[in-house]
Amino acid sequence: MAEKEPKTPLLDELEKGPWPSFVREIKKSAQTNAMARGTLGQLERSYEDRISHWKHGGLVGVMGYGGGVIGRYSDLPEEFPEVAAFHTYRVNQPSGWFYTSEALRTICDIWEKHGSGLTNMHGSTGDIILLGSSTEALEPCFADLTAHGWDLGGSGSDVRTPSACVGPGRCEWACYDTLEACYDITQTYQDELHRPMFPYKWKFKFAGCPNDCVAATARSDCSVIGTWRDEIQIDQDAVREYAANGVDVKSEVVDLCPSGCISWDGNELTIDDPECVKCMHCINVMPKALAPGKDRGAAILIGAKAPIVGGALLSSVFVPFIKMEPPFEEIKELAEAMWDVWGEYGKNRERVGEFIQRVGLGNFLEEIGLDPVPEMIAHPRTNPYIFFEEELEEDEDEDEE
Amino acid sequence: MAVAQRKTDIGPPNYKQFLHPLIKKNYGQWKYHEILEPGVMVHVAHSGDKIYTVRAGTPRLLSIESIRTFADLADKYTGGYLRWTSRHNVEFLLDDPGNIEPLKKELHDLGYPVGGTGNAISSIVHTQGWVHCHSSASDASGVVKSLMDELYEHFTHMDLPAKLRVAFACCLNMCGAVHCSDISVLGVHTKPPTINHDDLPKMCEVPTLVASCPTGAIRPATVDGKQSVEVEEEQCMYCGNCYTVCPAMQINNAESDGISIWVGGKVSNARTEPKFSKLAIPYLPNNPPRWPEVVEAVVNIVKVYAEHARKHERMGEWIERIGWPRFFELTGIPFTKYHIDDFKHAGETYKRSAHLKLTH
Repeated sequence: MAEKEPKTPLLDELEKGPWPSFVREIKKSAQTNAMARGTLGQLERSYEDRISHWKHGGLVGVMGYGGGVIGRYSDLPEEFPEVAAFHTYRVNQPSGWFYTSEALRTICDIWEKHGSGLTNMHGSTGDIILLGSSTEALEPCFADLTAHGWDLGGSGSDVRTPSACVGPGRCEWACYDTLEACYDITQTYQDELHRPMFPYKWKFKFAGCPNDCVAATARSDCSVIGTWRDEIQIDQDAVREYAANGVDVKSEVVDLCPSGCISWDGNELTIDDPECVKCMHCINVMPKALAPGKDRGAAILIGAKAPIVGGALLSSVFVPFIKMEPPFEEIKELAEAMWDVWGEYGKNRERVGEFIQRVGLGNFLEEIGLDPVPEMIAHPRTNPYIFFEEELEEDEDEDEE
Repeated sequence: MAVAQRKTDIGPPNYKQFLHPLIKKNYGQWKYHEILEPGVMVHVAHSGDKIYTVRAGTPRLLSIESIRTFADLADKYTGGYLRWTSRHNVEFLLDDPGNIEPLKKELHDLGYPVGGTGNAISSIVHTQGWVHCHSSASDASGVVKSLMDELYEHFTHMDLPAKLRVAFACCLNMCGAVHCSDISVLGVHTKPPTINHDDLPKMCEVPTLVASCPTGAIRPATVDGKQSVEVEEEQCMYCGNCYTVCPAMQINNAESDGISIWVGGKVSNARTEPKFSKLAIPYLPNNPPRWPEVVEAVVNIVKVYAEHARKHERMGEWIERIGWPRFFELTGIPFTKYHIDDFKHAGETYKRSAHLKLTH
């Protein structure tokens, strides 16, 4: 067992330079932790060999859960026995990634006791990642985590750990309570989160406005994007102040409005609100002068995913506007209706976005009981191959009678 | 008995217990914000209260020692309140503006740069790479560190036409969801898996393995009298899904794995709709520990963008305005057949008009 820090000439190169170094982080833990020393040694070997030395390890986890732990084994266990098993916990982060120093110390103490001392703050989906646990340590570590109020996140074909932007905690653009929505929905779906039973993963992301700081549109099966229905709030004095302080309102705001609904006469800003597409640009440029309207809620877009398996997708509009207020029944009903259909007819490892493309958005909407509206499409079909349903003729007959 | 006391399904702790008192008081009542300098913001509430944020870059991979250091800094300057952003930055939330400078100095001395706000390059969202992933075509942290060392000034300054989001994923599964970033750096495998026919029958279930292939390229086969599989190589797109379910299907290849560069994606709705990143460079060599070819390519793209884009124009918006032929001309990146899509819906990416910028 490596009791001294291994020699790492290649990794040492990555301690140089101004950006904070992950190698220095591993070395910090390696001073007291053998698993971190093993990580350092095996990583140096990967840098020499230009290849990963990890193997995927299927069935590890904690009792009663189907997700939350990612199994990982070294393919060089004789050389690096400290990391022969090096599993990852996904620990469900608090909404908006808010912490107190005390909460962080609790996690650090647990992880010092049971694992490598290495973490990711945070993983791609949003969880706190505790990187590197032996198989024997899994249950005791989990017991310690839950005893202190922390639980595991999702992995595999389940509801993945939902995440939310900073929202009303510190942002004037939050059009609904992203933090509460994320917390409430995560708590509601604990069973779906811990016990994989879907065709594939399902992600919720809660963005408070169309700036989408959590990349919901790109990364979540259910993207909840805050928006509003009434007029952008304007403080004309503040607009004039921006203009006086160097913002060229014509070229930087008016000319860049995607729907051409803003005008500026040098003294007053006018917005033709029914034409506004809620893109946020004018508000982003002049946050002191402009704010989203007061009738706030969210648009629900569905189906985003990374490339695997059938190519990447962005989410598309399902519900142009709903009010987002506790207990968030409307979005829960929508999600559950989709899970029913997708759960029954989805193929193994088929994300809901791919499923919708396979069965057709129109058919899917019919199954979940949502009426088609033109906001759902970029444009109507351009091909004439319409599969008319037989009832259509009958309906017309009935109308004539 | 221990099992009887076992707690499950408690979910995450309630965020409310972690909110700064000033945030609790002004929750949902924020009026506006200003970026006071790179990495420092003030959010002003309707009540007149102000909360200050100091944002610092981190390597994402953090030791508990560093997290404890952040906790100590929070105790010293913020009453113990801090958060992380969706891009791995740590944010300290202060009610006393007098604490901003001393906090900045301590962060600077500890090697955590303050910045990443406004028209800057924020931290690079990235994946595990060789630190922890089995199917990574490259390391993640090392490439990110090498890039950020060179792009550092764009983190600590706000001198770009618009914000510039960089992301890294170490194989085409794109756990880092890099498919909508201004610049995406993506590890790529370029050869089908090598099958270990001795290990395969011992380690893997053939039906599961066959089902794992998204293109149906894997078929059951008998090799030397043993049950194994064969790969229809023309159908393989090197995703590594087979390797995930079966360690005998080695997808990693030290000789042929490399890195590709994609540009022009965004997730924000500001001005233009969210868009995917598009291929700029199909392959660069995997060259640890500093990946000079990748760093040079990214720095070049950032430089050309910074020189040519208009104020508020994101990478993708700039390219759409000038057109892809001009992007390749200005950056000096060779255009190849690999840039032309041949997967599903490829035809939608062909140019079907005579709107061409022609010279000579």
